[in-house]
Amino acid sequence: MLRYTINRILLMIPTLLGVAVLVFVLLRLMPGDIVEMRFLLEGGQVSPETLAAERARLGLDKAIWWQFYDWMTGIFVGDFGISMWTGRPVIEEIASRLELSMQVAVMATVLGTLAALYKDSWIDRLIQVFAIAGLAMPSFWLGMLIILGLLLNFNWIPPLTFTPIYEDPVKNLSQLIWPALAVGYRYSAVATRMTRSTILEVLQEDYIRTARAKGLYERLVVGRHAMRNAMLPVITVIGLEFAFLIGGLVVTEQVFNLNGIGKLFVETVTRADYTMVQALVMLVATFFILVNFAVDLLYAALDPRIRYH
Amino acid sequence: MRRSILASGTIDMSIIAATPEITYRVPKRRHPAVQFAVTQPLGAMSLVLIVIMFIAGFFAGFVAPYDPLELDYGAMLAAPSRDHLLGTDAFGRDVFSRIIYGARTALAVGFLSSFMGSTIGAAIGVVSAYFGGRIDMAIQRFMDILLSFPIIVLALSVVAVLGKNVVGGLDINLIIAIAIPMVPKVARVVRSSALAIREMPYIDAARAAGYGNMRIIFRHMAPNVVAPYLIMFTAFIAQAILLEASLSFLGLGVTEPTAAWGLMLSGTSQDFYAQAPWMIIFPGVAISLAVFSFNLFGDSLRDYLDPRLKV
Repeated sequence: MLRYTINRILLMIPTLLGVAVLVFVLLRLMPGDIVEMRFLLEGGQVSPETLAAERARLGLDKAIWWQFYDWMTGIFVGDFGISMWTGRPVIEEIASRLELSMQVAVMATVLGTLAALYKDSWIDRLIQVFAIAGLAMPSFWLGMLIILGLLLNFNWIPPLTFTPIYEDPVKNLSQLIWPALAVGYRYSAVATRMTRSTILEVLQEDYIRTARAKGLYERLVVGRHAMRNAMLPVITVIGLEFAFLIGGLVVTEQVFNLNGIGKLFVETVTRADYTMVQALVMLVATFFILVNFAVDLLYAALDPRIRYH
Repeated sequence: MRRSILASGTIDMSIIAATPEITYRVPKRRHPAVQFAVTQPLGAMSLVLIVIMFIAGFFAGFVAPYDPLELDYGAMLAAPSRDHLLGTDAFGRDVFSRIIYGARTALAVGFLSSFMGSTIGAAIGVVSAYFGGRIDMAIQRFMDILLSFPIIVLALSVVAVLGKNVVGGLDINLIIAIAIPMVPKVARVVRSSALAIREMPYIDAARAAGYGNMRIIFRHMAPNVVAPYLIMFTAFIAQAILLEASLSFLGLGVTEPTAAWGLMLSGTSQDFYAQAPWMIIFPGVAISLAVFSFNLFGDSLRDYLDPRLKV
């Protein structure tokens, strides 16, 4: 187990390095760099000397491998660089938005998991429809419908400015619960479907027949014998979907006009802000790989039959 | 024993006279399409929906009552009525017509990108499984890297890198951007199916007969992973339609004035949907219905072809 853990941690390094190279190269392949975009946006004639000076200031005039080397060495000492657009440190830019996005993601996860678990999902046809509809509806559309519903019924829309939960929980929740609902619905649909199919599978097992044959209450058969064994794939989905929630927020934050990392990502990609995009992609990829890893370990902890070598 | 079962479905009594007569139900041989419709009624239903969408999209010129680009400043933000079944948008364009033309965009992008993504993914999966060893290792690590990007993040980056390249009214680069995130997922599933096939005696036989690697891969292995390929292909059409809608919504996919569902939810719709909710309700319903049909059809196809496959 210890060997497996160490092995997996070591395997993360090449994957992350691959992600870094890929995003780095992808960005440099983009037509036009930030310097051009910025000056084009402001309009007017700009002399090539000004452009060159600006590139030199941002370090874009160096050879591509030197840029990569600078970036990598920076990461190792915890320096992700400075946003090419705003001039503020990348870490600060991300941290100020991460709180909001993480809160939405966590709330969506909780809501989704609750919805998936507290329904007798293996009998109810309605749940099936609910789950399939959840997979089909774009969460940004659901978000728009939520805003529309609030507006038409209560003549009220969620506040637009972010208040941290420790300052004013009511105000915070009244803003963030809606995107969490929109994203969480889809999430719960995925979890529900997974729970349903695995429970169905587990109910075919011999030990379930044994439990029934010895006269155990059906509630206990399902609750204790089936649920426990069906939880593993569900945990995987919960873990992996959580990582992907961050991706799902890219569009939903736009609808609710939330200044989170999803919106930040869209903005920085369209501005070719290399340092910001690189940092964001690395953040999400690292997070995803770590969640994946944690899920695997949790698997082993929960199911004594699973042994990793 | 098997020979003693007569064609009529009864057991030859002279052989086992002691047992009472047992009649066997010989399953009727039905056409696979009929069989599919009987065992998967929901799948058949969704197929009907898909066919309707295809007809609507293909013959949009005949089905749609208005030109999707026609501006009518006299009927801006008009509510649904007999003239405009689903109302009009901020430029007076007929929402119903735009949804029908949008079906064309959604299906074309969905089909082409899913086809591209699943085909490349399947080819990579089979090649990876066939060669094994270091090649397999290298390919799988690369797929891991692609998998650690959230789909939309990867698609967004690719769109930004490639820019636009419109050929025949379709943005080829958008299709590529949507196809790329699918490749590693398909490759992974197909690889695991192909690994089992690689151990089959007929692959050894083909190798012993001196066939080249490419011939074995494409003539002997590829036909045997068609089931997972088809399942992934239909499931990813739904994903592709959803992704196209998201990208268009963000302004990075299909652009105005082309009719596309995701696009209909963005732009001026954002400003006016409180007054004219039909502008956002119906395109969203169209997206959901399309994704729903393809999801359901994909699920039924899986139950029909390979119930154990996890996509």
